[in-house]
Amino acid sequence: MSLGKPCGATPRVAIDVSALPTYSFAHRSLMWWGTLGFVSIETAGFGLAIATYLYFAQKAQTWPPDSPPPDLLPGTVLTVLLLLSLIPNQLIKGWARAEDVIKTRIGLVIMCIAGILPLIVRVFEFMALNVRWDTDAYGSIVWLLLGLHTTHLVTDVIDTIVLMALMFTRHGYEGRRFSDVYDNASYWDFVVVSWLPVYFILYWFPRLVS
Amino acid sequence: MTAMDHADYPQDTNLDDAELSRRLTRLWASPKGLIGFFSTTDHKVVGRRYIVTAFVFLVLAGLNAVVMRLQLAQPDNDLVGPKLYNELFTVHGTTMMFLFAVPVMEAVAVYLVPLMVGTRNIAFPRLNAFSYWLYVAGGAMLWIAFLVGAAPDKGWFSYAPLSETQYSPGKGVDIWAQMITFTEVSALAVSVEIICTVFKQRAPGMSLDRIPIFVWAMLATSFMVLFALPAIMLASTGLILDRLVNTHFFDTLGGDALLWQHLFWFFGHPEVYLVFLPATGMVSAIIAPFARRPIFGYLAIVLSIIGNAVLSFGLWVHHMFATGLPELGASFFTASSMVIGITSGIQIFCWIATLWGGRPVFKTPLLFVLGFIVIFVIGGLSGLMIASVPLDTQVHDTYFIVAHFHYVLIGGGVFPLLGAIYYWFPKITGRMMSETIGRWHFWLAFIGMNLAFFPMHLLGLWGMPRRVYSYPADMGWGTTNLIVTIGAAIFAVSFLVFFWNALVSLRSGRLAGPNPWGAGTLEWAMSSPPPPYNFLRQPFVTSREPLWTEPGVLPVAEGLRVDRRELILSSVVDGDPIQIESSPEPSIWPFLAAIATTVFFIGSIFTPWAVVWGTPPIAVTLIGWFWPKGSKEEVD
Amino acid sequence: MISIAANHRLPVTRCRTFPMLRKSLAKSLGFALTAMLCLPLAACGGWQSALNAHGPEAERLAKLFWFFTAVCGVVWLLVILALGWALFRGTRRTSAPNDPVLVDPDQERRSAVAVWGLTAASVVVLVVFTLVSFFASRGLNAASANTLNIEVTGYQWWWQVRYLDPNPSLTFTTANEIHVPVGRPVKVRLVAADVIHSFWVPNLAGKLDLIPGQTNELTFAANRPGVYRGQCAEFCGLQHAFMGLRVIAEPEQDFGAWRARQIQPARQSDDDLVRSGERVFLNNGCILCHTIRGTTAGGRAGPDLTHIGSRSAIAADTLPNTLGYMAGWIADPQSIKPGNYMPSVPLDGGDLNALVHYLEALK
Repeated sequence: MSLGKPCGATPRVAIDVSALPTYSFAHRSLMWWGTLGFVSIETAGFGLAIATYLYFAQKAQTWPPDSPPPDLLPGTVLTVLLLLSLIPNQLIKGWARAEDVIKTRIGLVIMCIAGILPLIVRVFEFMALNVRWDTDAYGSIVWLLLGLHTTHLVTDVIDTIVLMALMFTRHGYEGRRFSDVYDNASYWDFVVVSWLPVYFILYWFPRLVS
Repeated sequence: MTAMDHADYPQDTNLDDAELSRRLTRLWASPKGLIGFFSTTDHKVVGRRYIVTAFVFLVLAGLNAVVMRLQLAQPDNDLVGPKLYNELFTVHGTTMMFLFAVPVMEAVAVYLVPLMVGTRNIAFPRLNAFSYWLYVAGGAMLWIAFLVGAAPDKGWFSYAPLSETQYSPGKGVDIWAQMITFTEVSALAVSVEIICTVFKQRAPGMSLDRIPIFVWAMLATSFMVLFALPAIMLASTGLILDRLVNTHFFDTLGGDALLWQHLFWFFGHPEVYLVFLPATGMVSAIIAPFARRPIFGYLAIVLSIIGNAVLSFGLWVHHMFATGLPELGASFFTASSMVIGITSGIQIFCWIATLWGGRPVFKTPLLFVLGFIVIFVIGGLSGLMIASVPLDTQVHDTYFIVAHFHYVLIGGGVFPLLGAIYYWFPKITGRMMSETIGRWHFWLAFIGMNLAFFPMHLLGLWGMPRRVYSYPADMGWGTTNLIVTIGAAIFAVSFLVFFWNALVSLRSGRLAGPNPWGAGTLEWAMSSPPPPYNFLRQPFVTSREPLWTEPGVLPVAEGLRVDRRELILSSVVDGDPIQIESSPEPSIWPFLAAIATTVFFIGSIFTPWAVVWGTPPIAVTLIGWFWPKGSKEEVD
Repeated sequence: MISIAANHRLPVTRCRTFPMLRKSLAKSLGFALTAMLCLPLAACGGWQSALNAHGPEAERLAKLFWFFTAVCGVVWLLVILALGWALFRGTRRTSAPNDPVLVDPDQERRSAVAVWGLTAASVVVLVVFTLVSFFASRGLNAASANTLNIEVTGYQWWWQVRYLDPNPSLTFTTANEIHVPVGRPVKVRLVAADVIHSFWVPNLAGKLDLIPGQTNELTFAANRPGVYRGQCAEFCGLQHAFMGLRVIAEPEQDFGAWRARQIQPARQSDDDLVRSGERVFLNNGCILCHTIRGTTAGGRAGPDLTHIGSRSAIAADTLPNTLGYMAGWIADPQSIKPGNYMPSVPLDGGDLNALVHYLEALK
């Protein structure tokens, strides 16, 4: 018996797939679904962290219990930077789909800068929280929320930098690279959009309820 | 854009079977030797390792249980003191839940799902390899800690504030919490792979309503994992932070003890369905060939599986009925806990209907399925009892609960798993397991299990709480506990019989052909064990039971390259082929990344700075992993 | 329809297997059922049993339990019978030589009706269960005007019991043993001093947790005089297994007398041995953890010992309260309850003897 022969069943060729493309974009690609999987995981994580914040808030007599709310400036600056970064992000998605090497390279350089700038501001944000992580439950959840999002930000920025480096090598000419750039840009959309509820919770919720 | 089109490369279209087989074997076979061992990306190799490793953890956790039962066989016993006993039941529960029950189901899926959907490999095969090493590392960390006396001893659910530093000095709880991180990252990774495999890598023509029910079950399970596991990751991270850097999530200095329970059980209830749903998939997979007919009520079963998955997220508060919650809120969870009985019930009715309309074949796999029905229904019904808030206030945290969850986990998880092993062992190894030994195994397991766990219902009603290292002689629990211990011994022996069967059959079992059970799904199309490339040519599917529909003939697709690893991607709903995907070659980077991640995780139990110095090595290994090699797989 | 190729057919064992299997299945099921049915008959007795109800709450819960058990038992039996019937009918199916079996539309219709019907029946059963459960819980926890108010604080691994009263001179503290008057509702406020515990006296009521940071309240009553044992029902550490308590229900008069005695501070004794025992107590580390009202001992880390001699058990209902057991406990608490927070205080034989006589005299 030869290994691999479907014993007892004769193969009958029904279709020929040789003309199919070897890479595709968005939901047609495999990696896009993998990215969506990780987006789901992180959405669940952020959702539960925000639920934890609200759980503490509804239990407390005053909110924040013992500190002023975080200073508005650094957080708002970061939010603006992130929202602005959405513009080059949409452009790069189009350039990647068009498989334009030069524009994609430029776009990736811009996105790297667009990712590093908020990280610098994030340092100031931590310093302006007006509470330590070990002060009380409020401090703990605020630091956790901000920390979670920072991890998020850092990993995607590193991702973008590596992709940018790749784009400048000979690998930059491969079709699937453009699909990767598109996926990375879609993920950046998520990084920005997922920040908005966290921003609201950290900065505006305590101001609205007090 | 490349100069050559796909059609310009060597294809499988003009090759005969023998030549195609030779070339594909060269392409897809895992490398030999030590490097090959650590760099394989074959889902079958990784899946087998996962299954064997999970059973090793089952034996270890089972040994814990044997010692616990020996201690409890008599009142006021001093075989084991409270500290060791607490470690025993903590490690028993933790190992069974995190290192055996969920991983073994994922492992079977890792092996079978790509075969069942007619593809060549699982999606993201390097991530698959990485997840296995991470799982082993987490389990090893826990058991090494246990053997050197640093085990966690606060129960598998580690309630706060008992698990905070003040009441649990030492590293045991930190090790418990970080082991969770290992296994959860591993499970999340596997779930993403399964979802992507099922959605995108199905054989052409396999629309969603043609996928086997086991695949539906694993799809639903994987989605559940994505939404449930972040809860425990958040909780365990919060606990480690409380213990390491003095945050106040769950402690008595500003934290909330109930928050731990909410987060834990929001994960913990779906967790048990992560064990049960794959088992229902296995039952459906076994009943069809052993009733010699397609499963009855495919749509009803699929909707029930999805319903079970969704509903399982709305039950968690039933673990907290004794905490003093508002009555109306608690009653909602009674109602939701009852409703899930319907989705489980529908499946059972459909299985019975399948047997009714079929011709049962009484081989060992079917015996275990029948045993499952008998035992699981008891567990499910006792579940309805404890879904009632007032009733639960008597039996919560007693041996009644221990009885309930062992009935549903063993009856509803282990029995289908054992049946599945008997069923798919021929496919995985090429040999049949012994029917005679199989029957001995089944009856010993069935009798032992019931003798061990049924009396526990009574013990709970008679007032015996859980997690007690001993009990006074005048409680009247001694005789019943002795009976339980005897049952447990018989049940343990049944596992020895099982392993004996597996070993004996591996060496000298009857050779199985491709399809010894006469089943209808795709994993039975090729030889046993399957070749490294799974299918000579990927099948073209036109029905739910492809091997029963056009007997003797298998429609296939051709047009893939034979000079690099390729498989077909299809559309999500209809299964129309839309792209050819190149599949990753073996790589050592997943293993290296797992080592770096292990160092990071273990380091962060001891110092927060581990997060800082532990990150660069991980980044390096990940870059190595993702950096293209310029090999053929990358050039499009 | 063409039949499938030869190598897909299974060896013919079905007809011979089933009768054999049916007999052994029936035998073992019969044995199991008999065994399972016999055990509950032995169930109703036993203290600390939820099925041995001595109060209205526990009685209601026991009735609920029997109702659920009866219905669930019938359901399980029906499922098993249906399964057996299906297997029996299936093995009778020798007509079609086809393999796999052709799906017969009439059979499918019958099956569909059966599945729909059983599903509908399940819904009915579940709705009934939900409603019965909901209404059962409505009647629990009812207080009234003459409710006795107690506050129980859970410590690792003992129970502090404070009898509350609007008049502060009528409040007092004891430990591990609760006396209640028969027939009167008792409302227990549950407070946790350290970790989560759970207050559970199955003969009288369901359990309720003691959770740090919140106060829970449980109300129960005892129908008749008796001694009811309870135990902590939430894992709380090393000695969770032996964190017991005792509820003693007595007629109103006896309860009143007991209460009056408990409110008194410790009596000064005339006995020399007892007085020297008191000196031993006050001169060693005991006072760091224990209180004896009427003396200088005011420690709060351990149980109040003002009337320790009147309790029927010691060490959170782990040992009988006799001179011998008391001496053994004080001499080496760690060997009796390893890990508990009472240290061994080294005393010579004479001191120990005097000490236990003193403590037993604190009635």
